[in-house]
Parts: sequence; structure tokens; C-alpha cells
Amino acid sequence: MGHATAASTHAVPDGLAPWVREPSPGLRHMDLIVPGAHCAGCIAKIERGLKSERGIVDARLNLSTKRLAVDWREDSFSAQGVLDRLQALGFEARPFDAGEAGQDADGREGRELLRALAVAGFAAGNVMLLSVSVWSGADAATRDLFHWLSALIALPAVVFAGRPFFRSAARALRGRGLNMDVPISLAVILAAGMSLYETIMRGPVTYFDASLMLLFFLLIGRVLDHMTRARARSAATRLLSLSAAGATVVEEGGRRSFRAIRDIAPGMTVAVAPGERIPADGTVLSGESDIDRSLVTGEAAPVAVRAGARLEAGTMNLTGPLEITVSAAGEDTFLADIVRLMEAAERARARTVLLADRVARIYAPAVHVIALATFAAWLLAGSGGHAALMTAIAVLIITCPCALALAVPTVQVAASGVLFRGGVMLKDGGVLERLAEIDTVIFDKTGTLTLGRPVFSGLGTVDTQVLALAHGLARGSAHPLAAALARQIAERDVAPASLSAVREVPGRGLEGVFEGRTVRLGSRVWCGIEDAGEGERDATGPELCLMLDGTVAAVFAAQDRVRPGARATMELLKRRGLAIALLSGDRAGAVAALGAQLGIRDRHAAMSPQDKAAFVARLEAEGRKVLMVGDGINDAPALAAAHASMAPSSAADIGRTAAGLVFLGEDLRAVARAHRTACLARRLIIQNFALAVLYNLIAVPVAVAGLASPLVAAIAMSASSIVVTANALRLRLARGVGATETAP
Amino acid sequence: MTALVFLIPAALFLGLLGLGAFLWSLKSGQFDDLDGAAQRILIDDDDEPDRSEPGGGGTAS
Repeated sequence: MGHATAASTHAVPDGLAPWVREPSPGLRHMDLIVPGAHCAGCIAKIERGLKSERGIVDARLNLSTKRLAVDWREDSFSAQGVLDRLQALGFEARPFDAGEAGQDADGREGRELLRALAVAGFAAGNVMLLSVSVWSGADAATRDLFHWLSALIALPAVVFAGRPFFRSAARALRGRGLNMDVPISLAVILAAGMSLYETIMRGPVTYFDASLMLLFFLLIGRVLDHMTRARARSAATRLLSLSAAGATVVEEGGRRSFRAIRDIAPGMTVAVAPGERIPADGTVLSGESDIDRSLVTGEAAPVAVRAGARLEAGTMNLTGPLEITVSAAGEDTFLADIVRLMEAAERARARTVLLADRVARIYAPAVHVIALATFAAWLLAGSGGHAALMTAIAVLIITCPCALALAVPTVQVAASGVLFRGGVMLKDGGVLERLAEIDTVIFDKTGTLTLGRPVFSGLGTVDTQVLALAHGLARGSAHPLAAALARQIAERDVAPASLSAVREVPGRGLEGVFEGRTVRLGSRVWCGIEDAGEGERDATGPELCLMLDGTVAAVFAAQDRVRPGARATMELLKRRGLAIALLSGDRAGAVAALGAQLGIRDRHAAMSPQDKAAFVARLEAEGRKVLMVGDGINDAPALAAAHASMAPSSAADIGRTAAGLVFLGEDLRAVARAHRTACLARRLIIQNFALAVLYNLIAVPVAVAGLASPLVAAIAMSASSIVVTANALRLRLARGVGATETAP
Repeated sequence: MTALVFLIPAALFLGLLGLGAFLWSLKSGQFDDLDGAAQRILIDDDDEPDRSEPGGGGTAS
């Protein structure tokens, strides 16, 4: 949708200064985010288009992160020029500060984990090579040599690759808490230290390989986990507002200047061109236009406004230029109210504890207790302190949660990858878990169940000559209804009649002359069917009338089209035993019609944003778990209040920000698909936990009994990790999670 | 057994070589844009041949 079309053209040159860096004297550098880039053609177009400009030194697009780095010479080009050039190439772009979005830190953390993983993998492989020789019966002198070699490789590797765990464990201990990293660090450090002592004392058994392999497997889990989070975070950054935060202020004497939104104060006059969003609450001073309020109220039909009409920030000006007297700005606007509602809803929502954390809370202390008990028991049983300690270390290594650490990240990487390819973006990993728990799905109407775009019906019954006239008038208009009508008539291969003296009256309609006869296309009032004073009719949709020589020749009724796959989605969700409700800000007639069409019985019309949020909060308080699917500004508080939330990518900025998942494209079946994937992921995670517990039930008694030789530890650790990972990968094979799920 | 004197250092050296190569590629940004690398192969390279050098056009593509 073209909501943010006019974004970059309005940014003032000064406004870009915070994003421009100076890598060397005379050179300027800026990072931009280009959400629309997705293929080789885009790369070539953007990079060549920019490089062909005189003054631009380099342009490089990263397709994974959608980030574009541009360098130019200060004397011959400008930051605004870069944005304008991109706009001309057909790409929305906005300046991007890596530090602000936390992506720099993200990248650093990811690289550190990968480096640690590489070192751990190298060391584990080589030490394992030496260990296998020892296990196959190397004699005393060779064994000692191999142990020394292992120590030489393992000790620096443990110190380097273990840092992420040691740091996290130290943080937990300083906060007087326990996390999974405490037993991990303890096991790794004790095993390495004890093995060094054994090597010096020429002992027969060392655990260098075990401690390295432990690190290796755990780091795989960490890297996967980091990948999911980085992917979610970059999706979130991409969804941030594209619109320039500012407005054109008309000063006394008619001078116009662009100001940042925080500098707009009540009493100022701002000019809003067609196609722009209203920047602040206010009243119309002059001009006539149509306003699209669908993202604010959920009402599908545009509303005509003239001088004196009240406007809310966030609505879209469609047809005519307007001058507005600002009545509220910043903290006082309708939008700010919505943000406050959202924050309140988020605070009220019970924070769910993720499954993995719940398991960790039981597991970490249990491991310590078992290891300590083993040590004490062996001491009491009369074996020496040395043997008791060795057994305790073996218990720590064996119980260390390799499989457990892999249980969640492997599934989440597989699930987010499957969803990503199906056009669903996650904002964080926890979203999937919450989505799997829902029992109620609430849909918004306009823009969510429907496309938010008008479609005319019954064009086939209208005379071709009349269609040609309508086409001729409508094709020059930017009004969404007229544009939709022109497009649909064109699809019927009706050529436009050529009219003269065509003019558009914002808020009313179009007029032109055809063979000496006056033709009008527009509202009922415009065509003289109704008086302007007559109140709002409870029509099911917007309509356009065509008047020829004072008589009405045709009435074109438009209806918002239902999203493809909407009916199938309802069926799928109902079959899974989920309750479905429809909440809309629109009139009762329109809501009832759509509800009946889709088979939704629980429907509520004329809901304000507060009503919607309260409705969701009431259900949550009753213990229901709600998935809210909505797109508008008026849905944002409800999205924030719900257990899980989803928005189409066409949603208002604030709606996309509030939602935990965002789906691309028109098909509503993405909702059912995401829910199914989440349920599958949850089942696999639980299975993985069960596998890990089963493994411990077998391995722990063996270790406590003192029978866990390094060989047994190595086999047990790798076997359990592989089983868990393989189980997670089954998600990719499961039917019905890809893009191919068929409707019943 | 004397073979080990060569084999173990050789194995370690090759392993370190691989590790070094990976760390270098990580540092030099080879893993920063995996999708872009896959797509860039499809871009037709229409660099103009260098006309100042007679017959030098063949190297540009």
C-alpha cells in the first residue's frame, strides 16, 4: 500500500545530519535501510543508479539486512540527493543508525559467538583425535605425550571459547541467582583443571575432549539462538516507520517551512498535500478533501471534509490540499492517547515465563545437588577425595545440558525459517510459544479480514456507453473510489470516452462535458439525489453515482473485498477448536454482513480503540489466551493487550510495531499457517525436553556409579545432541506448515 | 610410532589453517550478506571495456 509514498521528499537537509558520518575529510557516509530491495535486479538498479551520479563514490547494498551504505564527496553531492535519487529509482529508503537499533551490538555478539564456535570445533576435533588414540590403548609414554598435547590445545581453547558462558555465569552469580551457565562453567572449568592435574601427575584419564565438546555443542545452540533473535530484530527494524516525522508549517505571510513533529505546537497552521498523513489533531482551515480514516476508525469509506471539520493525526488526506489549524500536538494528540493505551495494556499483560526458563529454574540447581551428593557419597563410601572429585566432575559433564541447550534454539531456527519463507516475520522467539497457547482469535474487519480496498460489483449490467463516460471521468482522479472504478472498467476492455473541461471538486466528485452534455460522477449529493443535510445512511458500502444531463444514469456500489483465504482460515481455525470473534469500528450493518459471510457469530460493531483493548483484556482476565489480528491504529492497544498478536504488512506503522508477528501478502491463511507452525514447534520443543530428560535418566545413574569414562561421556553427549537436532528438523518436513496448505 | 612425530604436527597445522581461514573470512565480512552473494551472480556485468587500451575489452567482463 502506498501509505508512506511521500516520505523522503519532505525530510529537510538539516534533518539528515545526524545520520551522515565523515569517514575522511571531504567524504561523507550514510547508512540507509531499503525495505523494498529483494532481488538481483534491485541490487543492480540501486547500486548502478547511485554510482552513475557524479559525486557518489560508492554504494553497496546488503541484501540480507536490506542496508545500503553510500559514500559521496561532500562538495558535489548531498544526503538529500541520495534519498531523492532512490525515490526516483522507485525505492523507499530511510536513514538508518546501526547503533540506535542495536544492530551493531548484535553483529559483534554474533561474530564473537561464531569465532568461539570455530575455535571450540577445531580444538574438539583435534583433541578427540588424540583421545581416540589413548582410548584404543596407547601405552604410558605416548599417552602422557598425547595428554600434554591435548592440554596445550584445550586450555587456551577453553579460555577463549568459554568466555560467553563464564561472563553470563558471573553475571548470574553477582545477582545471587543461578542460570544454566553456572553448572556449564563449573563443569568446563573443573574438567579442564582436573585434567591438567591428571596430566601433570601422569594419570590415566583426562576430560579435555569432554569439556571442549561440551562447549562446542552449547555454542551451536547459542549461535542458533542468536540467529533467530537477529533475524527477528532486523525484521523489526525494517518495519519501523518509513514516514518522515514532520509537517509543512504555513507561517504568517504565507512562507512555508518544514518542521520536525516535536516543533509543531497548537495554533500553528500546517499544509497537507494529497497523499500525506495528517501530522497532528486539528480543524480544517481551508480546502476540501476526502479523508481515509480506515486505519483510525476501521471505517472503510472515505469521509468528505471541508472547513471546520475535525481531523485526527494519522488519517490520510486523499484528494485535495488542506490547511489545518493544529489543536493538539505531541503528547495531546489522538495518536499519543493510543500509545498510552498500548503501554497500559502491555503493563497489564501477565508476563509469561518461557518454557526454557522454567526448565532451567529446576534443572540448574538439580545438577549441582546431584554432583555434590555424588561427591559426598563417594567420600563417605571410603574412596579418596581424588576419585570422588573425578566422579563428581563426570556427573557434571554428563548432566550438562547439551541436548537441553539445543532443544529450543534448533526448533526456533527451523520454525522461524519456515515462517520467514512463507512470508511471516517474527518479532521475537517467545512469540511462537505464546501463539501456540491461544484459544481465541479476534479479527479486526477493515484491512484485516478485508483488503481495505473497494471493489465495484454489477458493472456487467451497466450500459457500455455509461461505463465509457465513467471511465473517462474517473481515470484522472486520485480518489481511491474513482481510481478503483477506472481500473475495473479498464479491465472490462471499455475504452474511456474523451470528455472536455473535466474538473474535480474535492469531497464531492468529478464533472466534465461530453458532446455538449454535462456528466457528473461522485456522491449522491453531487448528483442531486440527496440533500447535503441528510444524515448518514446505513449503507453497506461506499458508492459513486453517474449523472448525465441531470438524470442519474447509474449507481456504482463498491464493497470492500474480503481477503483471499479468509473463509478457509475461519474453517481451519474452528476445526482446531479456537473461538473466533470479530471486532470492528465500522457500522453494525457492514460488520453483520461480513460476519455472516465468513461464519463468525461473535461480532461487535462500532468499537472504539478503548473498547477493543478492554474486550481483549476482559477475555485475558477470564483466563482465555487471545490472538489479536488487526491492522489499524485503533487496533494497536488491543494488539498490545493480547497474548499474541499479528498484523498484515499493510498495517499502520503503529499496528505493525505492536504486533508480534507480521505477515506479507494478501492471503489470510498466513494466520492459520503461523498458528499451526507454532503448535508444531511447541510440540517438538516438548519432545526435545522429554528426550533430554530420558537421556539424563539413563546417563546420570551411570555417571553417579562412577562408570562414565571419557569415552562414554563423548558418546552420550554427541548422541543426545544429534537426536535433539534431528527431531527439530522434522518441522521442515511436516505437512501444512509451508506455503502449500490447501483449504478444505 | 615415529610417524606420529610428523602426523600430529601436520594434522594440527592443517586444522589451524582451516581455522585461520574461517576467522579471516568472518573478519573480512564474507558472512555479512549471504543472500546478496547468491543474487549478485545474476547481475549482468555491463562494464564498458576500457577504450584507452587497444584490445583490452576482453578483460572487463
